[in-house]
Amino acid sequence: MGHSYEKSKKDATKFILILAAITLFEVFFALLGKGYIVEGLHFPLIAMAGAMIIMSLIKAYLIVYEFMHMKYEVPGLVKTVLLPTLLLVWAVIAFFYEGRDWQKRRDLITDKNNQKIENPVVPRQTGMKTTKKIKSIG
Amino acid sequence: MAETLTHTAHEGEEKLWDGGKSPFKASYGKLMMWYFLLSDAFTFAGFLIAYGTLRSSMPTWPVPDFVFSIFPGGFHNTPLYFVTVMTFILLFSSFTMVRAVQEGHRENKNGVVFWMVLTILGGIAFLGSQAWEWTTLIKGEHVSVTTNPFSAHTESGVYLAGDGHDIKEGDTFEVGTPYLIHKHDGEWEFLKYKVTEGEDAGKIKQQSFGPKAFGALFFFITGFHGFHVLSGIIFLIIICVNVATGLYVKRKNGYEMVEKIGLYWHFVDLVWVFVFLVFYLI
Repeated sequence: MGHSYEKSKKDATKFILILAAITLFEVFFALLGKGYIVEGLHFPLIAMAGAMIIMSLIKAYLIVYEFMHMKYEVPGLVKTVLLPTLLLVWAVIAFFYEGRDWQKRRDLITDKNNQKIENPVVPRQTGMKTTKKIKSIG
Repeated sequence: MAETLTHTAHEGEEKLWDGGKSPFKASYGKLMMWYFLLSDAFTFAGFLIAYGTLRSSMPTWPVPDFVFSIFPGGFHNTPLYFVTVMTFILLFSSFTMVRAVQEGHRENKNGVVFWMVLTILGGIAFLGSQAWEWTTLIKGEHVSVTTNPFSAHTESGVYLAGDGHDIKEGDTFEVGTPYLIHKHDGEWEFLKYKVTEGEDAGKIKQQSFGPKAFGALFFFITGFHGFHVLSGIIFLIIICVNVATGLYVKRKNGYEMVEKIGLYWHFVDLVWVFVFLVFYLI
């Protein structure tokens, strides 16, 4: 593996401690941002989510590169495994955008359903057929 | 004929493509484990993205630090404490796995067995914790794949009745205040409240169930992860027994089988990092 047993033993301890520290900080940050530690303090969701995602990615990097030894694999292997995951970046952006759009549409429908119309506009009557049609709908 | 042609045309590369070489310097088994994990990562990503999409499409969503706020021993108001313990259990079992692989590299049979047994115990402890968490949600709070009594208010108001638990008559709430609808004698008890602000101010309404998808997503995604942990434990036990009986000694490849199950085990931990992020932290 190109590194001594003692060194890798020390590394394992070092990285598990870093991972544990990040996890503790994540939980602390989550509770801090929701007002559990300092009364009334609230961070905006976007800041919370951003910070959490960055910390999780650091943890993912440590697990893959240190624990799974990706660090010691040849570049070809690393690329074939890691590059495809970049597709997920777009998937996350696209689907969150889609989700927000669903919500907008739902809100629009609720809004329209709740609208009260003071003077309903009756389409101009052009013939008996149209009138009948409107009546049957209404 | 065609074969001879290609061979003469690429004489220099002949050796490279004749087999027997390992451009990735990894065995077939290890390489395939990496690709299996890559495909599995996409499966989990699909589920987690579905969760994110549905959550961002809903006007309200259960608040994680309210939903997961019970600790074994009857402790309430301990937001995320238990799941932090679960995360530490899994992290620790990842560490013991690293140690097992390291002992394997120096062909230390007893060392491998010792650290693998600790890893298996860690895995079992994690599954046990998950079983407790599920039991609390299903038996105690009556969450199911189709019913979700957890939600959060979308307007501010004041309760007109108490539920005999945390909510008392006259308690006020704001937009985003979480609530849990309790079941009394098999009947759901939807508390009535009066809206105090906004367009509907003065109206009397009652609590409604939270987004239906929450229960299904939670049980399915954490269940799928738990199933990975379970299969990991089974493979760890098989390989641990093989190590103990000395099967891998003859192979003289630094206990590569332990390395392969190690990759899988770390992956399970890796997935948990994101399950933890999506379900509990955000």
